[in-house]
Amino acid sequence: MSKARDRSSKQDGAPAVASAAQNNFGPPPTPSAFARTMSVFRREFAAYFATPVAAVFIVMFVAIAALLSFQMAGLYTRGQADLRSFFQWQPWLGMFFMPALGMRLWSDERRSGSIELLMTLPLTTRDMVLGKFLAAWAFACVALLLTTPLWITIAWLGEPDHGVILAGYIASAMLFATLLSVSVCLSACTRNSVVAFVLSVAACFLLLLTGFSIVQDFFAQWSPKWVIESLASMSAMTHFNGLTRGVFDARDVLYPISVVFALLWVNVLLLDWRGSK
Amino acid sequence: MDTPANLIQATGLRKSFGTLEAVRGIDLCVARGQVLGFLGPNGAGKSTTMRMLTGFLQPDAGTVKIAGVDLAIDPLGAKRNFGYLPEGAPAYSEMRVEDFLAFTARARGYRGGEVAQRVNLAVARVHLEPCRGQRIETLSKGYKRRTGIAQALLHDPPVLILDEPTDGLDPNQKFEVRQLVRDLGKDRAIILSTHILEEVEAVCTRAVIINRGRMVFDGTPKELDARVPAGVEHNRLDHIFRTLTAVNSKERA
Repeated sequence: MSKARDRSSKQDGAPAVASAAQNNFGPPPTPSAFARTMSVFRREFAAYFATPVAAVFIVMFVAIAALLSFQMAGLYTRGQADLRSFFQWQPWLGMFFMPALGMRLWSDERRSGSIELLMTLPLTTRDMVLGKFLAAWAFACVALLLTTPLWITIAWLGEPDHGVILAGYIASAMLFATLLSVSVCLSACTRNSVVAFVLSVAACFLLLLTGFSIVQDFFAQWSPKWVIESLASMSAMTHFNGLTRGVFDARDVLYPISVVFALLWVNVLLLDWRGSK
Repeated sequence: MDTPANLIQATGLRKSFGTLEAVRGIDLCVARGQVLGFLGPNGAGKSTTMRMLTGFLQPDAGTVKIAGVDLAIDPLGAKRNFGYLPEGAPAYSEMRVEDFLAFTARARGYRGGEVAQRVNLAVARVHLEPCRGQRIETLSKGYKRRTGIAQALLHDPPVLILDEPTDGLDPNQKFEVRQLVRDLGKDRAIILSTHILEEVEAVCTRAVIINRGRMVFDGTPKELDARVPAGVEHNRLDHIFRTLTAVNSKERA
């Protein structure tokens, strides 16, 4: 790095001025919303690979997923050719790994000041939010795809129900999208990535836990029944478990889609509100 | 499309942060061929005004039109018409210079071969060739600033808004950037914020001084110089700058 710095200071001797003869004031391009979103997506996706983040994330995710499935849940010793033990850990893995992916998306922009550059480019807030979210989700899906050797292993050892395993992967991808939307939204609330991470883990934890009896019991003491039922239906875990069983219920699919859209919309409002402050 | 005479037109800009009134009614019009030096002491409201001109901050009151397009009504249309160098030239430090410029080109709607063409043009214009493949975090301050100017120029906009483009540069780099701004200003409208008075004489065709969110001078550098009382021979602009900003402070009190 120091060499690079030395080199660049020497290069500073080069003249900064070139002729400004070329003035092509043509009409500026008017890209579609898709093209604008993709320009943000492309930058954000590449940003994961520009640093060791991609390698560390993928290696750790795959290693921990395999370790939990084999060691903790006894993938081999259960004597059943399925990936239930792998999928049962996905919510808990996602609870830590998705905030790790989403924490920097807005907080880094605010800390470094690059948000000022981004916000003054001809992009809408929606383009930026969607582009960033999709990049993080695509990266999470790449990590998830890299666990498919487990599927191959199970297929080689026995005769699993491939439909159920595919449903498990789709459920995991949707769960990751839900957790990421929480994390991206909270990342817009602070310029500190660590704070964004901690807040996101806590929020994801709550989102998963609302379906558990420990939370339900707590509310049962003083809340009406509809509150408890609403809480149960709001749990990401309940819908995830429904999908991983291979039973198709429209509510289990609509839940992550609605949560993601709602939180991305909140994210847009939050950024627009900050612009007016 | 008819290009209005004033490429930048801001009327009655106001902005408060809590109880602090950062900008208190500023009107600015900049025509093609004008380089406006936007001066003021630290905390005068220069950056806040520029942030409102570029749509980063929404004004509490007032309107901004860039090349005739109202920023509040058609933000994308207005943003396509200017290039902006924010204070400190922030960029994505982990990116290589050419990738960063390519990103801004794509965000501005260029596709395929056009992206490379625009990047090459911008790189050549500010002489970034030696470090176009380098990561931004490894660049010297001078090259970082040039990268910021390159992204602002990339789409050849009729309006340039540059927040302290020479801040922190050595005298050679300052000279080069000023020459570039002068050159570009021949057929564009440029606002250049600075607190360096020599910059006004060197580059600007017009000077605006603000203090505590209010405009205290608007005229040519010559008119500014003419305000210096007789007998002051050295640091003439410093003298009038201090007088203008101090008077305004007293008025407030």
